Amino acid sequence: MIKQISVFVENKKGRLAKITEVLGQAGIDLIALSIADTTNFGIMRCIVSDPDKAISVLKQNGYTASTTEVIVAEVVDEPGGLASVLGVLDSAGISVEYLYSFVRTPNENALILFRVEDIGTAISALRENGVKLLDSGDVYQI
Amino acid sequence: MIWNEKIECASRDEIEKIQLERLQRTVERCYNNVEHYRKKLDAAGVFPGDIKKLDDIRKIPFTVKDDLRENYPYKLFAVPMRDVVRIHASSGTTGKPTVVGYTRNDIDMWAECIARMACAAGATPDDIVQITFGYTLFTGAFGLHYGLEKLGASVIPISGGNTERQVSVMQDFGSTILVGTPSYAMYLAEVAKKMGVDTEKLPLRLGLFGGEGHTEEMRREIEKALHIIATENYGLSEVIGPGVSGECYCKNGMHICEDHFYCEIVDKDTLLPVPAGQPGEMVITSLSKEAFPILRYRTKDITWLIPEKCACGRTSMRMAKIQGRTDDMLIIRGVNVFPSQIEGVLVGIEDIGPHYEIIVRKDGYMDKIEVLVEVIDAELLDKFSALEALEKKIKHKLYTVLNIGADVRLVEPQSLKRFEGKAKRVTDLR
Repeated sequence: MIKQISVFVENKKGRLAKITEVLGQAGIDLIALSIADTTNFGIMRCIVSDPDKAISVLKQNGYTASTTEVIVAEVVDEPGGLASVLGVLDSAGISVEYLYSFVRTPNENALILFRVEDIGTAISALRENGVKLLDSGDVYQI
Repeated sequence: MIWNEKIECASRDEIEKIQLERLQRTVERCYNNVEHYRKKLDAAGVFPGDIKKLDDIRKIPFTVKDDLRENYPYKLFAVPMRDVVRIHASSGTTGKPTVVGYTRNDIDMWAECIARMACAAGATPDDIVQITFGYTLFTGAFGLHYGLEKLGASVIPISGGNTERQVSVMQDFGSTILVGTPSYAMYLAEVAKKMGVDTEKLPLRLGLFGGEGHTEEMRREIEKALHIIATENYGLSEVIGPGVSGECYCKNGMHICEDHFYCEIVDKDTLLPVPAGQPGEMVITSLSKEAFPILRYRTKDITWLIPEKCACGRTSMRMAKIQGRTDDMLIIRGVNVFPSQIEGVLVGIEDIGPHYEIIVRKDGYMDKIEVLVEVIDAELLDKFSALEALEKKIKHKLYTVLNIGADVRLVEPQSLKRFEGKAKRVTDLR
């Protein structure tokens, strides 16, 4: 099970710097990162080397943070690569809440993180169609 | 022109004679018909017969907004409901509004007060009046409406909002008088300008503004922007609504309808009377109201009285512009807002922390209120839409209680100020 961390961030100068600093000082490595925002606030979502430690450090520092279970899939890094994976999910009747890609990857393939409502069905559908999924051990050490 | 010369230019003795007679009758009616007043007067050992001179009013206990709340909705009415022809309400301090009623005579008296005030400002039967107050439970629109009809002016009950249409109507119908809040007048001027309407060419010539105070600087800006004379009037729904007092064209204090309202100024801490000309809290007693008489109502408004005869010829007592409040009430776009109302909404919402801040500012000429709350429920972070829904939910709940729109800003936990002792949660940047 891969745990993603979500942190509530105010849209104010220096907020993101502060959060990443807190994680950095605790020796936590950021592996993938995405930010969604409105004019007033945003949610920072990330995959880190030690999610449990990250959550406790963030909470100690007064942040609202939570973990979510997500899927990380290897996608062939060529035109149509992502489309074919999304097609699998679509055929299985699964809608994607959000997704983002990893910056670092262990090989030539791209790594895409998916957040879906019915994670069990999504995992089976992807596996049946030969999509390679990463487990937490792989991901936290990238 | 003076609408009611006999009263507005009466000698002090004549006025005080009317005031004493009416005060005695009001106290008697309150004592006989309203349980709340009877209990309070009994507790103070004051009986209607003890009011022998005007100064004896000081023996009567004060009435405060909480008394209205505790007697919600009708328990302070002094007549049976069959004699009540109108009900209005204003925002209460804790969610429940304060409710007031009017008999047919009360409505006539109210119209008389407005007619005097409008006439003093310069309104005539030839005028066409655009009323931009909302026709709602609030007293502003209906109060001015009936009074200006009584005066004989042509009233356009356009109500609030839809400012571009307001400007078109003003142009097409040839409005000569604008009624509303001063900040709305300023906004209207801005919109007119954007629409390419030359306000100098409009027939508009006079403004009767109320619902909120404005500074002399703002008055000058309104006068310049709309090419009008801007006058101010004062009132509150607990007493009657607009019409307690209003400026004449001299714009030098608001003439009080003294035969209907007895105004005292008391020290805001000791609650003892202060000499004429000294600032203090205004306390008002209605002298002729039937449905909802009120004894020594503490308005929480700070002002002073001006006893000298006015250059317009009226001898009536004037009151200065409201200088401030003794409580934390905010006036946002003419609507009274108490921080306690906002707090009441916020404590009922689970996903946010108990701390909050209220920021009031001017956006152009319009008041804006923003409420900052801390997000503490981490579950909401899973879906962006959940946070947006929370924001929307708080906004909606605030609207249902305050009757005006407030912006909501979600902030990080621990980011709002913590207070030891008395909290200062309101920042008014206006």
